[in-house]
Amino acid sequence: MTETMRPPVADRTESLGPRARLRLIRWSDFSLVPVIVVLMVIGFIVSPAFLTANNLTGVLQSASELSLLVLGEALVLIAGRMDLSLESTIGVAPAIAMWLVLPTHGGRFNGLGLPTWTAIPFDLLVGLAIGAFNAFLILKLRVNGFIATLGMLTMLRGLQIGITGGKSISDVPESFRYLGRTQWIGLPAAVWLCLVLFAAGGAALAWFRHGRSLYAIGGNPEAARAAGIRVDRVTWIVLGIASLLAAFAGILYTGHYGSVAADQGNGWIFNVFAAAVIGGVSLKGGRGTIFGALTGVLTLQLVVNVMTLAGVPPEWDQFLNGAIIIVALIVSRFASGEKQD
Amino acid sequence: MRDAAAQPPHAAGAPAGAPAAVHAEGVVKSFGSTLALDGVRLTVRPGESHALVGRNGAGKSTLVSVLTGLHRPDEGRVSFGGEPAPAYGDTAAWQSKVACVYQKSMVVPDLTVAENLFLNNFGGAGAGSGGLIGWRGLRRRAADLLAGYGVDVDPTARAKDLTVEQRQFVEIARALSFGARLIVLDEPTAQLDARGIQRLFTKLRELQARGVAFLFISHHLQEVYELCTAVTVYRDARHVLSAQVADLPKDDLVAAMTGDAARSAGAWHAGENSGELSRATPLLRTGRLALEGVFEPLDLEVRPGEVLGVAGAAASGTTALGEVLVGMRAPTSGSVAVAGRAVRPGSVPDALDAGIGYIPEDRHLQGLVSTRSVAENATLTVADQLGPLGTVLPSRTRAFARTMIEALDIKTTGPEQQVTGLSGGNQQKVVVARALARNPKALVAVRPTAGVDIKSKDSLLGVVRRVADEGSAAVIISDELDDLRVCDRVLALFHGRVVATFGSGWSDRELVAAMEGVGERE
Repeated sequence: MTETMRPPVADRTESLGPRARLRLIRWSDFSLVPVIVVLMVIGFIVSPAFLTANNLTGVLQSASELSLLVLGEALVLIAGRMDLSLESTIGVAPAIAMWLVLPTHGGRFNGLGLPTWTAIPFDLLVGLAIGAFNAFLILKLRVNGFIATLGMLTMLRGLQIGITGGKSISDVPESFRYLGRTQWIGLPAAVWLCLVLFAAGGAALAWFRHGRSLYAIGGNPEAARAAGIRVDRVTWIVLGIASLLAAFAGILYTGHYGSVAADQGNGWIFNVFAAAVIGGVSLKGGRGTIFGALTGVLTLQLVVNVMTLAGVPPEWDQFLNGAIIIVALIVSRFASGEKQD
Repeated sequence: MRDAAAQPPHAAGAPAGAPAAVHAEGVVKSFGSTLALDGVRLTVRPGESHALVGRNGAGKSTLVSVLTGLHRPDEGRVSFGGEPAPAYGDTAAWQSKVACVYQKSMVVPDLTVAENLFLNNFGGAGAGSGGLIGWRGLRRRAADLLAGYGVDVDPTARAKDLTVEQRQFVEIARALSFGARLIVLDEPTAQLDARGIQRLFTKLRELQARGVAFLFISHHLQEVYELCTAVTVYRDARHVLSAQVADLPKDDLVAAMTGDAARSAGAWHAGENSGELSRATPLLRTGRLALEGVFEPLDLEVRPGEVLGVAGAAASGTTALGEVLVGMRAPTSGSVAVAGRAVRPGSVPDALDAGIGYIPEDRHLQGLVSTRSVAENATLTVADQLGPLGTVLPSRTRAFARTMIEALDIKTTGPEQQVTGLSGGNQQKVVVARALARNPKALVAVRPTAGVDIKSKDSLLGVVRRVADEGSAAVIISDELDDLRVCDRVLALFHGRVVATFGSGWSDRELVAAMEGVGERE
């Protein structure tokens, strides 16, 4: 009895048959896969151009930047917090980085003239700083996270407009352009990078101690604390990572389109939240997977693409976008059988 | 019925023939399979101050809910002043009969005293026309009302700025303004200092003289003797006795609460191994550990193989002591050490590393992550041991959880089951598994059997005992006598101070008396 009651470190691994392994898969994580298949069938019926490599690559490329924000937001949501400011970070981080490296005179837009290679490190540093400031507001000052990051959203957008005078900056550093435009093995570099980051995020949440602790922190922070998890420290890191991902998405987006617009990322946060929740991430924390979040992004992007190919007049885009989010939300709620709260 | 004491022959301040302020008879109330009240009765005479006492789970609060119309009894009759109780759901009618002043404030903190007094009743009080509130009239009426009951509170003050006893006066005045002649006071002195208690008692005596009856729910037997004229004791959902306070010695009252007479000698206690124990070096030790305003400096020593009980009622500071021991709260001064290694104050990870296991008081609050599986919850404290390089391997997690499920006999469909699908007793076992996962040198359990069935209770306490028998130190913090019976030694805390120490041979009566603050110091 005494032996079994207090096991030493569990060093006994057991072998499971393939059928038993199949049983352990949470099928609710895959609830959007059939939706994606149906969308692809509809796309194929609507237009022969849909199932071409060009079109599908385009869908993935345009999904890549949004998907990085969703990845960051999913981590934050699972840890039981919210970060609305991500949509401004994607614009302000590259804007500040470019302002620092642009020549001091002569151009249409003058900067501080730092060496060009510093653009990417500065962009990521700005991202980290924003994340750290969010965490400071939420965890040190204990102000309401929703409103604090809403304030940050507006403030950062204003900061970008202040720095750029509301103009687009189009002298994109070569390093940005490379990441945004290059193809690696037939797919845009941005798509590969997103896949790697999603794989890393998914692995962290599934198989790593600190990743798994996000579920405990989001599900019941007091219980997590009583179990020895450093709740505040992990939450700081998660908020930092989310902003870092948004700043990185800013590099990809800027490189891809060749300029930073003053409204880069404006209004994205609604799609970010929609994709995460459709993908099964709970707004109350403690529930959701990275794979689910990825299927959420793909669903939203496919819908947009299919609508474009079907020749829906652009005046109706917004209406349909909202309608699709609601329909997808309902579909995923009943497909997974879990209440989304 | 058996005892004539149920109908007191005389009560202070009221003619013997007057109908009772409240009379309840044969009240039965059950929640699901739990019988909360089993045919209980209660009679409070006009102008009487009547105490209702009993240990946790005796049915006091359920009776209060029945008497104030919040619960409909399954059976039984309730009458006020000789008239049958209002229909269930007729709030206004209930308010005109009885009111309860709860421990938790029932006033709206940001409104003024005047607004609170006439909440939802502005029309009659404000004397405004066309549904408008006449503020001046409202304030005047409020001042008149307060003055009428001799309550010295400014009607324009915000309710949140009042002291606790002023707030209680306002709530009492509000109840009386509805016509109630019976006020239930639920632990009214819990948050008051000695002078506040005296002011409250003076006011209550004044109102009693004007014919208002009080039902006084308290854990402080001393106060019962000071204030009340009659007392009713419930135990395990049943009526035990009603008597005049003056005719009832304290010992008999405590005995009635515990049902101690029959088993004080034969009750099961931890084995006698103190001779061996006293020689061993203490494993868990605190030095002048204190949390200001909650508990006073405390030197604890728990030896290997020993289970120390810390007994105390809700406000005694015992829960906070448990939280300080495990690092959930930082002490204001003093130290904790496990096997000679000092533990960093207020750090749970360091306490875990030092070898302290924690079974928290409320499994929903600090114990379980309800959205996650049994396996994840049970392995939360050992995530660093389930794989190399910071990984957590699912296979090892499951294997670890299986050994725990087996060892603690947790009834579950498997390690993957969501923890909310388990019964209360089995959920608690998952919390225990989490605490034991790191092989703690010192186990701290706060009310480890709260809300679990008898069978799980025995097995949970058996686990704690076994952990100690294997050479660890264990501390059980509880006010449940059954929890404390497995302890080798019990300290009783009252208002943050150790008031008594018992070996393993204590009687229920002694211990309860110490926890309720009427025991003598040893």
